[in-house]
Amino acid sequence: MKAYDLIIIGGGPAGLAAAVAARDNGIDSILILERDKDLGGILNQCIHNGFGLHTFKEELTGPEYAARFIAQVKERNIEYKLNTMVMDISEDKVVTAMNREEGMILLQAKAVILAMGCRERSRGALNIPGYRPAGIYSAGTAQRLVNMEGYMPGREVVILGSGDIGLIMARRMTLEGAKVKVVAELMPYSGGLKRNIVQCLNDFDIPLKLSHTVVDIEGKERVEAVTIAEVGPDRHPIPGTEERYTCDTLLLSCGLIPENELSKSAGVALSPITSGPIVNDSLETNIDGIFACGNVLHVHDLVDYVSQEAGAAGKNAAAYILKGKTAEAKIVEILPVGGVRYTVPKYIRPTEMEDTLTVRFRVGDVYKNCAIATYFDDELISKRKRPVMAPGEMEQVILLKKKLAEYPDLQHITIKIEEA
Amino acid sequence: METRELTCIGCPLGCALTVTMEGKEVKEVKGNTCVKGDIYARKEVTNPTRIVTTTVKVSGGKVPMINVKTQSDIPKDRIFDCVAALKGLTIPAPVAIGDIVLENVAGTGVNIVAAGNVEAA
Repeated sequence: MKAYDLIIIGGGPAGLAAAVAARDNGIDSILILERDKDLGGILNQCIHNGFGLHTFKEELTGPEYAARFIAQVKERNIEYKLNTMVMDISEDKVVTAMNREEGMILLQAKAVILAMGCRERSRGALNIPGYRPAGIYSAGTAQRLVNMEGYMPGREVVILGSGDIGLIMARRMTLEGAKVKVVAELMPYSGGLKRNIVQCLNDFDIPLKLSHTVVDIEGKERVEAVTIAEVGPDRHPIPGTEERYTCDTLLLSCGLIPENELSKSAGVALSPITSGPIVNDSLETNIDGIFACGNVLHVHDLVDYVSQEAGAAGKNAAAYILKGKTAEAKIVEILPVGGVRYTVPKYIRPTEMEDTLTVRFRVGDVYKNCAIATYFDDELISKRKRPVMAPGEMEQVILLKKKLAEYPDLQHITIKIEEA
Repeated sequence: METRELTCIGCPLGCALTVTMEGKEVKEVKGNTCVKGDIYARKEVTNPTRIVTTTVKVSGGKVPMINVKTQSDIPKDRIFDCVAALKGLTIPAPVAIGDIVLENVAGTGVNIVAAGNVEAA
């Protein structure tokens, strides 16, 4: 069996940044496994600009952002296999993969970084009533068809869900000559970035109907019409509010789910909130030497944060490989309460963590003029005012190792939303 | 004095901006957290502009499409002219990031450049 120090599952933004960081921290034997025909992952179909403001201080398109990391991987001669599907990862870090040239291959790793990204919530998972004709696509599928394959999925479009991909596709389909009739959003707020509401919907006078959902799809062969209705606070449709839109296409942008089938087979414990692995401050899962980063860990709003997080995972995996095991240390749990849905990481080791640690999370509702408060047990440590917080945007708290060292008996860290 | 409420598109923060105007003259921009917001607000109320990203066909490449963008922002009301000017255009592979795909698109004075790489097949 061929052996590598580090095997990275996925060659998207997370996998690429993790590989670069691991190499720069002293690991020579690295393999990236990518199932698509190119490195870069989902960035290759994200042709809009706005990527890289934090990382490169300029606005790049997705392929441009990916190209910078692909260049770094190639400069470092990091090995990668394309068109290669990983079938299984075992608890002792044997990776089973397949491709057309080599057939089935078994690879032994000292450490594994999970970087498989996420998938879109499908119609089946949404339980939308109605017929099952052609013309219903996830927004990401439509994005790939338009931007990479050069096909138009339809001409008259209704979009359900106001996540960023849905908003971006509303503009993209409009530019390609389609008529986007409405974007319906189940929640009373958009799941996407505010800037995308402005430049993707408002710029093109595309209406956004909050607290609305699809209640019927018509059409036997192809979508012919979609009916949307207003929903009440219980998110159930209100009878009498139905509006029918003739259209040939329905795009779904209703949330992303980390893709953790492989993680499960390796015995990695998952969070029911994020659907991603539960990790400690080094982004290591409950399985020794298996790390996770990017959208497989939790769905991010910005690729820049994915790259940062993946860089940390790569560095930490390198340290694990060089030391040979995970250090035994005291563990402190971070408790998310009062509007904070989860935190990544969930556990920290005050003696092992980096000098500064970024804890990322999302809130469960829209909060105006509130503050993010951090408590060490019952003592308020920091309180940072935030004019607006929304579920579509990630928030963060920075923990300092120096500060934690002052609390040797610390039991819990609590992060919560409070009045400012 | 008249005020306009805007959402900055300069970065994902999406600051809520308030622009105070007297006629066509911008008197004050409030709510921005950086200089980008100030620039955006002043432009948005006088001559709104956008970067346009789209795709054009590639011949003889490993993939059929290349993504392209305007080298700088163009007036918002010229977005569709820009996209129309690229319709029917096919460029030969290879194409590299930064290659000029079309000069002076729709008379805006702005070039369309490749924003991706396509190798020859």
